[in-house]
Amino acid sequence: MDPIRKILQKYKRDRTRLIDILKDIQESEGSITQQAIELVAKHLKISRAEIEGVITFYHFLSDRPLGKYAVYLNNSITSEMAGRQKVAEALEKETGCKFGQTSEDNLVSLFETSCVGMNDQEPAALINGVVFTSLNEEKVRKIVAGMKRGLAAQEMVEEYGDGANGHELVRAMVKNNIRKAGAVIFDEFTPGQAIAQALNKTPEGVIEEIKKANLLGRGGAGFPTGLKWELCRQEKSDQHYVVCNADEGEPGTFKDRVILTERPQMVFEGMAIAGYAVGAHLGILYLRHEYTYLKKYFEYLLQKMREEGILGKNILGRGFDFDIEIKSGAGAYVCGEESALIESAEGKRGEPRDRPPFPVQKGYLDKPTTVNNVETLAASARIMLRGSSWFRTLGTSVSAGTKVLSISGDCQRPGIYEVEFGITVRELLEMAGAQDTLAVQVGGPSGNCISESGFGRKICYSDLATGGSFIIFNRRRDLFAVVRNFLDFFIEESCGWCVPCRAGNVLLKKKFEKIVAGLGTAQDLAELEAWGKIIKSMSRCGLGQTSPNPVLTTLTNFRELYESRINKKADFIPEFDLGQAVMDACQLTGRKFKEESENAR
Amino acid sequence: MPDKIKFTIDGKDCYAEPGQTIYEAAKANGVFIPVLCHYEGLKPVGSCRICSVRANGRWMTSCTQPVTNGMVIENATPEVEAYRKAIIEMLFVEGNHFCPTCEKSGNCELQALAYRYQIMVPQFPYLFPKREIEAFPGFLLEHNRCIQCQRCVRAIQTEDGQKIFALKNRSKDLRINVDLKLAARMTEKEVQKAMDICPVGAILKKEVGFRIPIGKRKYDQKPIGSEVEENK
Repeated sequence: MDPIRKILQKYKRDRTRLIDILKDIQESEGSITQQAIELVAKHLKISRAEIEGVITFYHFLSDRPLGKYAVYLNNSITSEMAGRQKVAEALEKETGCKFGQTSEDNLVSLFETSCVGMNDQEPAALINGVVFTSLNEEKVRKIVAGMKRGLAAQEMVEEYGDGANGHELVRAMVKNNIRKAGAVIFDEFTPGQAIAQALNKTPEGVIEEIKKANLLGRGGAGFPTGLKWELCRQEKSDQHYVVCNADEGEPGTFKDRVILTERPQMVFEGMAIAGYAVGAHLGILYLRHEYTYLKKYFEYLLQKMREEGILGKNILGRGFDFDIEIKSGAGAYVCGEESALIESAEGKRGEPRDRPPFPVQKGYLDKPTTVNNVETLAASARIMLRGSSWFRTLGTSVSAGTKVLSISGDCQRPGIYEVEFGITVRELLEMAGAQDTLAVQVGGPSGNCISESGFGRKICYSDLATGGSFIIFNRRRDLFAVVRNFLDFFIEESCGWCVPCRAGNVLLKKKFEKIVAGLGTAQDLAELEAWGKIIKSMSRCGLGQTSPNPVLTTLTNFRELYESRINKKADFIPEFDLGQAVMDACQLTGRKFKEESENAR
Repeated sequence: MPDKIKFTIDGKDCYAEPGQTIYEAAKANGVFIPVLCHYEGLKPVGSCRICSVRANGRWMTSCTQPVTNGMVIENATPEVEAYRKAIIEMLFVEGNHFCPTCEKSGNCELQALAYRYQIMVPQFPYLFPKREIEAFPGFLLEHNRCIQCQRCVRAIQTEDGQKIFALKNRSKDLRINVDLKLAARMTEKEVQKAMDICPVGAILKKEVGFRIPIGKRKYDQKPIGSEVEENK
């Protein structure tokens, strides 16, 4: 039987598995051809246009043939800072192929991609799904030589990282870089005890304990977890679902990668605890495509948990059934937004939904669903073990517990720091060995870029909230290059559904570039700010509502930088450069435009 | 009126049936809220954002948000109107809209709103994107004018619910994608429906043009919104 039919049979006629089907076809055939689309359309009874819509939404799906090796080089700011440009040039030189293209011999395709969650070991790339970290020109030469010899990407991984990165089912060169282990997430964890503690209580009792602990959502938004579970439980339905959001895509965030590598069972138990609390029997781990290298390991662990009776039917003989299924995205930052994640888990384009209804009312398959962050679920397992009173002794009165931060950028010790809430930016800079710091991006591009005057501020929900991203820039960095990188990121990752985010961000970037190029006036600066506010107010989801933050927060905290670029004497400078516009014609006719061009200015 | 929901729009007392959206309730009370992506009978998608209001101080789209008791809505305030105007301008600079030569001129909701908001020159620079015109057996798809409102996506489907029009790509490259096979099977009536439901001149039925002369079309007679405001 041909491979495509075999794949279709494996997933039956389940529309929610469309992304899995497409990924399997791509892996088997190299790309998703028109013929394959036709077969899938017939099989699932959906239109080809709808399938093409899904393929073109996700970064890692392709309807064009790809080379034998598909290279996705991270273009996030930390990668830039670690020398991405040189690595990119080396890749182009060694393969004879440009980015965005496939080499003539069909050996290699080169692509850029948004943050892959390896900011502490950049520049990083995915090659056929295998992670390559700390790249440099020499490593590129070696890798490309290996490709030419026909080695599998996995065979080119010479050394494995620490901890479970070295497990035979992972075999990744990724390093954990745990610099500071805290009491909640990275303390010792023995599987089976947390769920046992939860089952000793009633579901309402579990919710009460989580509420008393004052556990707030660790993805960054800080919604009270106990309340979310309670609202979900109160919805009457034949099915409830738990979804673990393992789609950390905020540039600079890699803490879930390390939690999932070193404490996966704690996360799975957290899901089971949530399931018990809300009345669900199925949990979905929505794993970002970039972390697919951990999937086999998870499947092995889940099976082990089933065999040990802490997952599956009749957990610990207490009559509670709960199982976990892994679903993957295919490269889209917006899927970190909970309703977009649900759409994606249903096999659709990852476009956010309108609210109301909220996911706790109508979520996965329109059933009540609680979507929780990896760290939130792990923390709830710890709360079951040690109690809410203990948990509240950590952190501040508003923000109880610890936060796992991923620190990257200009510092000696980038990596994972599990710290109590309330720690100041300055203390963190010291711990990470940062010197001569100009700015810190707290919470990633959608967060806040703070200057030295804000280094006394605290990491907590009432001051500087963050999902975990903490990027340091020293005084040798060009902050405009940082803002540019972030604006490009949002333009690339907008789903395009709503006008202000789709069109507004392109216009905002244009205005920003005008000012940076020295063609701005006080009026332009005022417009830059005003347009940012329009996008923030009018956008449909969190992506658009935070996308102008790189501009708006640097305007607040580094205004002098922008002021220094604008022309204070002119009322208006045209963006349109007549001389530049007629340059081609001038060259063709052998005439000069110099004089007029100066007049135009 | 015991079962009715009481709320205010710009200080005016209004009443609504339970379950009505802000947009529906406003219309019933003779208050016009502009919409582009919304169309009666279709599931709202909140994509154009033009119907945004401030409800109890928070920005919300009136096509998706149910009205609640005591809600205080800001609709025609200078701030709200300025932000709506910005959205219309974004749509104009994001595509290529040349009204004088467009078959939909006078029947176009985007054009009518631009008149209502007195847009002379947009505050944003034109992006002049390169877009294509696609031809299908019964109609043309003019991507230069498409505003990605998804009315066609929602309204025109096969009997068994397959999408003839669907979204393709993302971000600034978001486009309407037509299923070739399914489009070829569309009846003349369906093509006409698609053209009529399109708020701009992106879907054009073949072999008919300018049957009603410019000057005698819908919004040439009465400005957009007047039909609602007459019911005050």
